[in-house]
Amino acid sequence: MQLIEQHIAAHKNVPGALLPLLHAIQDDIGYVPQDAYKSIGKALNLSVAEVHGVVTFYHHFRTEPVGRYILQICRAESCQSMGSEKLEAHVKAELGIDYHQTTADGALTLEPVYCLGNCACSPAVMLNDEIYGRVDANKINQIISEARAGELA
Amino acid sequence: MTVTVYIPRDSSALSLGAERTAKAIAVEAKKRDIEINLVRNGSRGMFWLEPMVEVATDGGRVAYAPVQPEDVAGLFDADFLHAGAHPLNLGLTEEIPYFKNQQRLTFERVGVTDPVSLDDYIAHNGYQGLQKALKLGGAEIVKIVTDSGLRGRGGAAFPTGIKWNTVLGAKGTQKYIVCNADEGDSGTFSDRMIMEDDPFVLIEGMTIASIAVGATQGYIYLRSEYPHALKTLNTAIASAYNAGYLGDDVCGSSKAFHLEVRRAAGAYVCGEETSLLESLEGKRGLVRFKPPLPAIEGLFGKPTVVNNVISLATVPIILNKGSQYYADYGMGSSRGTLPIQLAGNIKHGGLVELAFGATLRELLYDFGGGSANGKPIRAVQVGGPLGAFLPESQFDTPLDYEEFNKIWAVLGHGGIVAFDDTVDMAKMARYAFEFCAIESCGKCTPCRIGSTRGAEVMDNIINGKDVQKNIKLVRDLSDTMLHGSLCALGGMTPYPVLSAMNHFAADFENRS
Ligand SMILES: Cc1cc2nc3c(=O)[nH]c(=O)nc-3n(C[C@H](O)[C@H](O)[C@H](O)COP(=O)(O)O)c2cc1C
Ligand code: SF4
Ligand code: FES
Repeated sequence: MQLIEQHIAAHKNVPGALLPLLHAIQDDIGYVPQDAYKSIGKALNLSVAEVHGVVTFYHHFRTEPVGRYILQICRAESCQSMGSEKLEAHVKAELGIDYHQTTADGALTLEPVYCLGNCACSPAVMLNDEIYGRVDANKINQIISEARAGELA
Repeated sequence: MTVTVYIPRDSSALSLGAERTAKAIAVEAKKRDIEINLVRNGSRGMFWLEPMVEVATDGGRVAYAPVQPEDVAGLFDADFLHAGAHPLNLGLTEEIPYFKNQQRLTFERVGVTDPVSLDDYIAHNGYQGLQKALKLGGAEIVKIVTDSGLRGRGGAAFPTGIKWNTVLGAKGTQKYIVCNADEGDSGTFSDRMIMEDDPFVLIEGMTIASIAVGATQGYIYLRSEYPHALKTLNTAIASAYNAGYLGDDVCGSSKAFHLEVRRAAGAYVCGEETSLLESLEGKRGLVRFKPPLPAIEGLFGKPTVVNNVISLATVPIILNKGSQYYADYGMGSSRGTLPIQLAGNIKHGGLVELAFGATLRELLYDFGGGSANGKPIRAVQVGGPLGAFLPESQFDTPLDYEEFNKIWAVLGHGGIVAFDDTVDMAKMARYAFEFCAIESCGKCTPCRIGSTRGAEVMDNIINGKDVQKNIKLVRDLSDTMLHGSLCALGGMTPYPVLSAMNHFAADFENRS
């Protein structure tokens, strides 16, 4: 909570502060805890309901803790044309989870994404901030096992 | 002499292993005690060849591609540093037909320079447009942009000069320049390439816009899916401040322009300009009613220019070379060039900047080389998730805003996604509804409810249930969305749905 208070103090006077503040919190601890809505609202002169409304409007913001890595699979048209549906099914089976869930070992959270701007190298996925192109079952298995071993940045 | 070696830092190149290739080359050079000057350039946009390594020679840059770490020792053995023969040697980069046959104006430096080097930018025509703009009045700058015929590259193709003129004429002490870098369309990455591979050109374009309309603050609203672009932009902005190209006194002109990147948060609708402004203000991205136009009452209620990345990044060359130079490219009312993005199931995917007027067929086959696997290309979607699907019989349509209008299609942001003959167009129509349902801002009923209902009805069609009745239902729903939606998310979802139905009827009718 102290960390969150620091972010709030740093953003309080920024015009249109709410999104930059939510990003700062999520970058830091991986999600935006609902407990923080009250102090955020107080600092920015918003009601708790308004803060909640903003957090839930945007797909990027999460209100629950996540795994060490976030694996995003592109579901958009260009990646579909190169077999992303199969890839998606493979990953779900491999990890035993669906979208918006985290593996039991806490290594990976699976998220859908709609285009990573890597459409000339479809299908594409992103692991935290690193992007991968022309991903097939072998490549994704390797990415997953490296992430599990904690070998990636 | 130390040889300069180029290895891209562009996301797509990184996604194919450019970082590992760069490391392998640095390590191998050290091992052999050879000094090299390793530059991390942008990508030339020939993504099937990434990671592409280029070596500077007296005759120009020579390409080796694609280079994996395991190729590196062999390249040194073949003396690639002096353009030695090797199976991966492709000759001079700029003689590769895919590259040579383009008209690169907006992308003149992309892949050529080190994106974060201000010196490199200036050595390659950078900041000449701004220098010219600083000698002109706002109305003169606006006139040049108007005369160039530049139309917004974000999708709606509205003349950029006319928009600027409204902001110039609007009363107000505080005005804003907002760059729409939300690039949500599947099949598009030209904004990303500009921001990662030549960020100063966007900064320069926004600075010229600020001088033209009298704005002192700019924001780049950048989608959160582009972390590399975020870093590159922030690095470039810091250098521009340091060198006096941004700040309280731009180039000693006593004009102020401040610039900041703001991260979006994964909502497609926030690419719509009024939703974007709401988001920048820290709110939910609900689309606003128009009027008032953002040019009159935009960000925080002040006059605001909202332009796409490519529109703004094209302004420097127009100021530098003149409106006529730019207007001499193109056809009809589509002047200049369009950075086209070839994506999806295509052999040679990448960035092709061309004057308006080339046909889809030329792009798909002469540049694209056909589908990735050699199967026939059955359909292409042009202009993102709200763009129509086109069958082969329409591949001779020239890329021109009006010609596309005539066939009930759009160019949008210039993305072309190819599908081979295994595509199920009923599933694509279903996905169009699904995407609209996921991304709807919820303000109007036809979009919010219609899209969810549309996906359900498409499920029935896909399962072969009451097909004829359900096809009619989809048409009725589409009609309601077309005419009853506040913005193009709901209003254009019928484009992919109905075009799929009209051109690929068998995929809908013959379900078992
Ligand atoms: C649902 C929706 C999404 C949009 N997404 C984008 C986008 O990602 N980038 C963009 O530049 N324009 C996008 N637009 C178009 C903008 O509303 C606006 O026309 C554009 O930013 C104006 O800039 P321009 O004139 O330079 O094209 C979108 C429009 C709609 C309706
Ligand atoms: S059409 Fe959809 S996205 Fe656009 S304003 Fe209406 S509900 Fe929002
Ligand atoms: S559609 Fe998947 S990266 Fe663009």
